[in-house]
Amino acid sequence: MSDYTTIIDSYKDKPGGIIEAYHALQKEYNYIPEDAITAAAEAFGMSPAQAYGVATFYSYFKVGPRGRYIIRICESAPCHVAGAEEVVSALESELGIKMGETTADGKFTLEFTECVGQCQATPIITINSKPYEDMSAEKIPAVLAEYK
Amino acid sequence: MAEEMRIVLRNVGKIDPLKIEDYINAGGYKSLEKARGMDRGELIEEVKKSNLRGRGGAGFNCGMKWSFSYKLETDQKYVVCNADEGEPGTYKDRIIMMNDPQSLFEGMAICGYAIGSNKGYIYCRGEYPYVVEHLNKAIAQAKDKGVLGDFDIEVRMGAGAYVCGEESALIESIEGHRGEPRFKPPFPGVEGLWGKPTIVNNVETFANIPVILEKGAEWFKNIGAASYPGTKVLTLTGDVVNRTYFEVPTNVTIRDVVFGLGGGIVDNKKFKAVQIGGTSGGFIPEELLDTQIDFDSMSKIGAALGTGAVFVMDETRDIVDIVTRITKFFEHESCGKCNPCREGTKRMHEMVERINNGTGRVADMDLLENLGGVMSVACLCGLGQAAPAPVLTTLKHFKNEFNAKLN
Repeated sequence: MSDYTTIIDSYKDKPGGIIEAYHALQKEYNYIPEDAITAAAEAFGMSPAQAYGVATFYSYFKVGPRGRYIIRICESAPCHVAGAEEVVSALESELGIKMGETTADGKFTLEFTECVGQCQATPIITINSKPYEDMSAEKIPAVLAEYK
Repeated sequence: MAEEMRIVLRNVGKIDPLKIEDYINAGGYKSLEKARGMDRGELIEEVKKSNLRGRGGAGFNCGMKWSFSYKLETDQKYVVCNADEGEPGTYKDRIIMMNDPQSLFEGMAICGYAIGSNKGYIYCRGEYPYVVEHLNKAIAQAKDKGVLGDFDIEVRMGAGAYVCGEESALIESIEGHRGEPRFKPPFPGVEGLWGKPTIVNNVETFANIPVILEKGAEWFKNIGAASYPGTKVLTLTGDVVNRTYFEVPTNVTIRDVVFGLGGGIVDNKKFKAVQIGGTSGGFIPEELLDTQIDFDSMSKIGAALGTGAVFVMDETRDIVDIVTRITKFFEHESCGKCNPCREGTKRMHEMVERINNGTGRVADMDLLENLGGVMSVACLCGLGQAAPAPVLTTLKHFKNEFNAKLN
């Protein structure tokens, strides 16, 4: 594993930079490695408890491994009435996992999210933050094929 | 029929947002130049006189807010742009930032000059990494051109926390902490980022500033509703024909928005309800559609203009089901700092879900009203205070739908 300390150190002098450092770690690993929390605590002069507190407060951060591609399904009201539930079922059956789980090959993770701000074309899913508009159960296989 | 009037969206589709020359050729950065030739006190007076009120939801007089920080003598002050738009159904700030980022920077730099600050932050939500990239490119161009002078702008990205739209929670997040709101007072204008005077304004608020400076407070205050002048960018979602965004003067009615610009209900179905201002807004029934969308008119009917999200529901929609989803949202997004919100959002969701499942009790109806009333006054920040609005307004206007599930 490439060393996360280098990543963390490059944000050390930024006031309040721990959140930026966590973003950079996630860009590299797709999650925040557990050991990196302790390293971040030291770099930013916090207790490990505080550094954990920050990492676990925000829903886009995840401590510990998850899939390479994070598929998020918006379940806020506009997506809810537009049929988000059918999209959820299609994703679950296509990938053979339930919401919150990761495929055995470590490739895909399914997560619920609240509004992602693309409400002109509901329901919306995002894959590693890239939005896919006007989703439907029928469109899911083609979208997933891009990543398989 | 209502017509669009574009002030903050004036450059959309007319300029290349990543070509700063386009913005400058369209008159960009002239207002900043003009502002810098003015006395700071007079500049703030002009903004105050325009009666521009915050476009993020709270509706506070912008110039008044600036005046609190302006008066303070200190080594450092900050200008913060709230680009954390997390209200479901809202994407207006994304439209502004993607189409006309320089307009936002110019507004922030004018604020910086007015209050005496050389450092600005844009706090952009974590759901928009592509907006962050776009903003950074645009900032680099502004720095290259030297148009911002000594005013520096840095983008910080959130990480999926609705509560960070609350200004003191947002400040905590920039400081690298959990995004939990602070006790107020002191207000950020006096003691904000790293304890320094800090002005936090919404993207749309800042984007109005260059135009107000260019055309004058007198011009601006005569547009739209007198108590909340100017325009508002609205984003239409749900069962409406035109699911898109519009910028309208603030004296248009909800009916004009839904049936005029919005084109009415999909498949010619009947209208049932509209929720305005985001998921924390009140539900509005047919008989109140002739209300103007301005801040005060909406408050009078127990609703809110909020962020300007317009979520339309047709006759087939199940109000209790939608409210169940909304109460789950608040349970999830409550930061847990204060008891009334942490416990209240959880119990509220529990009761509404029970009713929705057909296992509710008649007593739940009174309990919901009671709990909602307590939360709206006892919660620490706007999240918890606004969370009961969808429940309370649907209990008021659509009680029959709740009753139907109790039998």
